[in-house]
Amino acid sequence: MNDVPAPATPQPPPESVTRRNFYVSAIYGLGAAISAALGLPAAIYLLFPPNVRKADQWDEIGDVTRLAANSPTEMTFRRNRVDGWKVTSEKATAWVVKHADNSIVAFGPQCTHLGCAYHWDDGKSEFICPCHNSFFSIDGNVLGGPAPRALDRYETKVDGQKLLVGRLIVPGQQA
Amino acid sequence: MRRHWDSFNQWLDHRTGLQTAVRKFMLEEIPASSGWQQVFGSVAVFLFLVQAFTGVLLAFNYAPTPGDSYNSLRYILTELTAGRLIRGLHHWGASMIVAVVVLHMVQVFLYGAYKKPREATWMVGVVLLLVTLAYGLTGYLLPWDNRAYWGTVVTTRIAASAPLVGPYLTRLLGVGGGGVGVVTFARFYGMHVLLLPPATILLIALHVYLVRKHGVAPEPGDELVPRKPFFPAQVFKDTVAIFIAFAVLYTLALVARVPLEQLADPTDTAYIPRPEWYFLFLFQTLKMFPGPLEVVGSVVLPGLAVLTLILAPFLDRGRLVKVTRRTFAIGVVVLAALGWGGLTAVAVATTPKPEPATEIDYSAPTGWMHLTPDEMAGVAYFRQENCASCHAVGEGASKLGPDLTQTSIHRNAAWMIQHFKGPSAMRPGSAMPPIELSEEQLSSLAAFLLKLTPGNAGALANAPDFAAAGALVFQANQCGSCHMVNGFGAKLGPALNGLSQRRSRSWVEDHFANPAALSPGSIMPPYKLSPKDMENLTTYLFALPESGDGQ
Repeated sequence: MNDVPAPATPQPPPESVTRRNFYVSAIYGLGAAISAALGLPAAIYLLFPPNVRKADQWDEIGDVTRLAANSPTEMTFRRNRVDGWKVTSEKATAWVVKHADNSIVAFGPQCTHLGCAYHWDDGKSEFICPCHNSFFSIDGNVLGGPAPRALDRYETKVDGQKLLVGRLIVPGQQA
Repeated sequence: MRRHWDSFNQWLDHRTGLQTAVRKFMLEEIPASSGWQQVFGSVAVFLFLVQAFTGVLLAFNYAPTPGDSYNSLRYILTELTAGRLIRGLHHWGASMIVAVVVLHMVQVFLYGAYKKPREATWMVGVVLLLVTLAYGLTGYLLPWDNRAYWGTVVTTRIAASAPLVGPYLTRLLGVGGGGVGVVTFARFYGMHVLLLPPATILLIALHVYLVRKHGVAPEPGDELVPRKPFFPAQVFKDTVAIFIAFAVLYTLALVARVPLEQLADPTDTAYIPRPEWYFLFLFQTLKMFPGPLEVVGSVVLPGLAVLTLILAPFLDRGRLVKVTRRTFAIGVVVLAALGWGGLTAVAVATTPKPEPATEIDYSAPTGWMHLTPDEMAGVAYFRQENCASCHAVGEGASKLGPDLTQTSIHRNAAWMIQHFKGPSAMRPGSAMPPIELSEEQLSSLAAFLLKLTPGNAGALANAPDFAAAGALVFQANQCGSCHMVNGFGAKLGPALNGLSQRRSRSWVEDHFANPAALSPGSIMPPYKLSPKDMENLTTYLFALPESGDGQ
């Protein structure tokens, strides 16, 4: 290619330079291949969510006919929680509201601000979170305070007289 | 940019000496005769790093307690993407590192590289071999399946048989009065992940330091030829060898299934434990010393072998000659290889094949034959869910959960199904995990459990695996909606009791594939069954009692 002035010290023969370059690139190339073959699966293993083995789960929470309209009721039920390799049966809570048109909404029991437990105040007719004074309407909408969004809701369906709850829908979180 | 990089490097080197150290390490001069025969040490270090890396990854999703360890490993294998690969790498890497460490020692031994002044390097190397084997021994228990459990029972018994120190070793390994259990597990886990890795790192550092201190061993005649730098020619050879080893390991991890057997069952009387392949020769040696001589095979001979290995540099004090003229050393290696290979081959050859058990043992109670297909499928779920690891089934042992043959705990099927789905909801405080099966499967399980009494438990537990598997195929294909078995099912098709009297096996198998061809006018649809399913189902049907009307 272009003319390079001859260096002061004698160069090793060109063939040896080529071989040396081959050695060095082989060392880096093979090293990179091994690192990728180990690093990529490791990242996948740590970052991919576990395969979901269960279809939707519906848990019976109670009798809908016993609910009074527009009077939120705290109801507890048991559900299985898949936690890694463990499935545990645990107590869960929902605030259940039957509206005047008989439609039913079940709210998750945690304030959308920082996860404190809130409660229904009969006198004021609103949900109140005592931690940082967030207020929610009977529809779950934010009336005041630092809460960033309306209360989270469970999927619900009614089977005869039984109210069934499914998964809690949290915006921005996958199932 | 380049200039900034260089000046940063200069700064770093001035403050830490890092670059100078690396350069010195890489440009260390080695004898002219060095070459491909010297790659094994590097490969062993590389494999150690792979073990450490995959080991940490496994530990991120692993519960180090008996029982949970099994469940978490199953979670890694079945639910985590790439989990099977990571476990495969760790499993096969363990075998490979033993093989490579031995090859490394054979090379050093053949070349007489342990001779003065390199005796200490060799002795540290022997300790590293023992550490490698200790990893194998302790890691073997950690999956907590039958293989792990029974293998460790045997290992700890051998340790207990050691003269004088036996009882202390037993206590050190956490094998108290109750045998291998939680304490043993904690000790093995602690050794495997807390004690051995730092010890290995220190020993490798010491080993490499000694290699560098004395230089790579030259061959006679090397002093006449100029020495050459370690980098890049020898590093290239090491890297190629590492890459080949890695490619083999990766292929094994991807292709060869690593077994995860049943959850450890201390009451399993049929299990035949076998050690890992590299311990098989010891296992076989043991069998040659019956009775009171056993300690010779289990402790004395292995102890002497290790001692000889450590003292090898002092036993062979002759002048260094070319490898091709070290006939005695070559003879020793060939004899050792033949001995090892022979013992291993005999051990493999004498390992009983796990029976597919299509033979029915009529000498044992055969009450299982009278179960309905649904109940028999329940037996399969009972085994699949490892119920027997917490529940006794009439054998009098006391376990975590209640004995399932107590008829007092039996309720109706509906209650039991609810209980399976959420045990603590039906029985507050129950530690039983929910069983994740479909409604139909749970109802089979309930049907089987309701059938259990102290009197028939033994006979039902005898149900061969083919019958349980066959009943699953029967259930999955809803054979019972047309055929009657043991008095249950519909009468649309012929009852299946007594089938073995009426038809041949091959007729039945052909019939599944094309019913209309063999029985004209049949309305039975063709079934495409896998060979395994076909075998299990047919064997099961042929094992049914001739008449299905009575118990």
